[in-house]
Amino acid sequence: MPSFVIAEKCDGCKGRDKTACQYICPNDLMVLNKDIMKAYNQEPEQCWECYNCVKICPQSAVEIRAYQDFAPMGSSVIPLRASDSIMWTVKYRNGSLKRFKFPIRTTPEGGIDPYQGISDVNPDDLNSNLLCDEAGKTLSVPKK
Amino acid sequence: MAEQKGSLTSSEVLNNYTIEEVNTDLLIVGGGMAGCGAAFEIKKWAPKDMKITMVEKAAIERGGAVAQGLSAINTYLGDNQPEDYVKMVSNDLMGITREDLVYDVGRHVDSSVHLFEKLGLPIMKEDEEDKRTLAEGAKPLRAGKWQIMIHGESFKVLVAEAARKAIGEENIYERVFIIRLLMDEKNPNRVAGAIGFSLREAKIYIYKAKAVMMACGGAVNVFRPRSQAEGMGRTWYALWNAGSTYAMGFEAGAEMTTMENRFVPNRFKDGYGPVGAWFTLFKSRVKNAYGDDYMQKWGELLKDYPPYGLSHVPATCLWNHVMLKDWHEGNGPFYMDTSGAIKALFETLPEKRKKTLESDAWEDFLDMTVAQAGLWAAMDIDPKETNSEVMPTEPYLLGSHAGACGMWVSGPSDIAPKEWQWGYNRMTTVNGLFTAGDGVGASGHKFSSGSFTEGRIAGKSAVKFILDDSGFTPTIHTDNKVLAEEIYGPMITFEKYKNYSTESSINPYYISPRLYLFRLNKIMDEYVAGTSTFYRTNEKSLLRGLELLNKLKADSKNLAAGNLHDLMRAWENYHRSVVGELHLRHILFREETRYPGFYYRMDHQKLDEENWRVFVNSKMNKTTGEIEVFKKPWQEIVPKN
Repeated sequence: MPSFVIAEKCDGCKGRDKTACQYICPNDLMVLNKDIMKAYNQEPEQCWECYNCVKICPQSAVEIRAYQDFAPMGSSVIPLRASDSIMWTVKYRNGSLKRFKFPIRTTPEGGIDPYQGISDVNPDDLNSNLLCDEAGKTLSVPKK
Repeated sequence: MAEQKGSLTSSEVLNNYTIEEVNTDLLIVGGGMAGCGAAFEIKKWAPKDMKITMVEKAAIERGGAVAQGLSAINTYLGDNQPEDYVKMVSNDLMGITREDLVYDVGRHVDSSVHLFEKLGLPIMKEDEEDKRTLAEGAKPLRAGKWQIMIHGESFKVLVAEAARKAIGEENIYERVFIIRLLMDEKNPNRVAGAIGFSLREAKIYIYKAKAVMMACGGAVNVFRPRSQAEGMGRTWYALWNAGSTYAMGFEAGAEMTTMENRFVPNRFKDGYGPVGAWFTLFKSRVKNAYGDDYMQKWGELLKDYPPYGLSHVPATCLWNHVMLKDWHEGNGPFYMDTSGAIKALFETLPEKRKKTLESDAWEDFLDMTVAQAGLWAAMDIDPKETNSEVMPTEPYLLGSHAGACGMWVSGPSDIAPKEWQWGYNRMTTVNGLFTAGDGVGASGHKFSSGSFTEGRIAGKSAVKFILDDSGFTPTIHTDNKVLAEEIYGPMITFEKYKNYSTESSINPYYISPRLYLFRLNKIMDEYVAGTSTFYRTNEKSLLRGLELLNKLKADSKNLAAGNLHDLMRAWENYHRSVVGELHLRHILFREETRYPGFYYRMDHQKLDEENWRVFVNSKMNKTTGEIEVFKKPWQEIVPKN
């Protein structure tokens, strides 16, 4: 299901320092057409449908249309990602709807302290097989 | 092929490029789970003045195999012992594993999972009301003996945030693609950096480093995928895994191992959604078109493969083997019996769990393979009512999931026998080159948590390597013009010939990255046991495939790229072709069928424990440029009975 950009909704992230979809696409598919200031998917057959462009678009201008070489037409799956949860609306080809909401993180965005609760390491342990949060632990070795 | 808007064109790049040299102590190539694990761990051990640099071709928040999210963590030991973990991995990979490396992941991995929970990853608990963390003693909701269920849509976002904070924003280079490693001029077997280019600017990067930790995933789309139009993007493993880890490691002279192994996951057809939770959590079975359980019907076949087929859970390839038998008998298509499983669960599940069952099933897809949810919606499939087709996919080459491709690395000092350690845990046979995750061979079943853990192990050990040889300075002399001609070669070719024909995609003087990929895919599929031959090959096919592959690789010099995006594709697909040859050569060398269900050597159909319970390793002969393939003895570290 390649991503596509709804022309009317995309503003090319004009007010921002970078185009959100272009920034996030893991496969470098989304590009900005600077002449019309709208983004597009430059290589639809390399789209994994990971939904990262859909989730990040501030205008909700990016959606996914099912891979037409195996999927019948008419369905859609639309996420709405908030800071701590994500809401999914699944629309069937026959019109029926399902909605799901799942938590995505328990810490505030940008609020991570990676080493919280991990004390400074003992430099001598560099020669051991202990990782930084395993100080004082006796590592097991295979029982013969 | 065309000069597209948005991505800088070849003429814009060639007329304006600059070269930036970055001097660093440790270079991390790849910001996936392993790279982020390394970044996290290193900062705790490195002296303040040690410079750590990370390069990633995408954005680390959504780069690597976990970019979309995950619905489960497949390696969490909990009450299990590392010995049991080794036994499971060894059996699943048909006996050929580096048990020292597997054990090492097993004894450290839970501390990484506890860290994920601290970073903010919601982990499902056996008792929903239990608000404690796993570290505080809560029991996870197990999907299987080793797997735990998570709300993992943002798994990678969390891990990336930790890595970013650990090494600092200014040390992370995103949208830079590395094409090859650089070797030290005074020590031919020592890595000294890497070169690459920006995908956003007309800029070449030369990274000089005392050590390199390289982990850029496995190899996807080496084989022709089952879908050939838009759907070819819907690969099972993340399709941006271009085999760069293996290709660049091999070209730097690193010894490779188990490159004949592959993974052919049996997944929901076309959408490639996960089946693990359906099997283990929802207790579902796959049935053939006539409602028969193929395992009950042909289970006898497992006896041909002792001990791997006789274990409580037979090796993954053998499940495929048995299903393929039923398929050849004409009993397909095959269906996951979701309706039957849900009916059965409703009879046994407590009331509370029944309510969440539907959403648990959908979340399994929505967290990690949204496309499968989309396909259910497109097909009007309600899993309670309608069963879904499953099918073995095209082959994948990787080392972190249920596969074992990768580099041959030094093992942990307190476990590895002396033949398997040369001083630094997870260092390859190239001095200063470390790897983890998909990069480490013969030790599969790490998955996300194990890859992150292995990145931590490799990162720490790289710090020690650098400190032990603190007087070292990389010696690299690069001629800027020569370097630019190499990196931007496909753009130069494009500019030289683009006006010869009226349509730039059809030109006798060059080959587009897309057609190069299609040609590779066709060769691999038809000669190296892809889907069109039902994973079957023989010596003659392989030799013919090799001939064609060599011609393809020779044509790589004529790859053309009209913009920076295509330039990345040119290099990625070149890397894929290097990996394709490694895979072919290893299969050619191993004269037995070690992984029935994944591939068959029709001229050597038996599993031959007497002659082939060994590693197959390979290495580039740097004088001739040829690949040398050889046996390496296997050793048992954990007794199996």
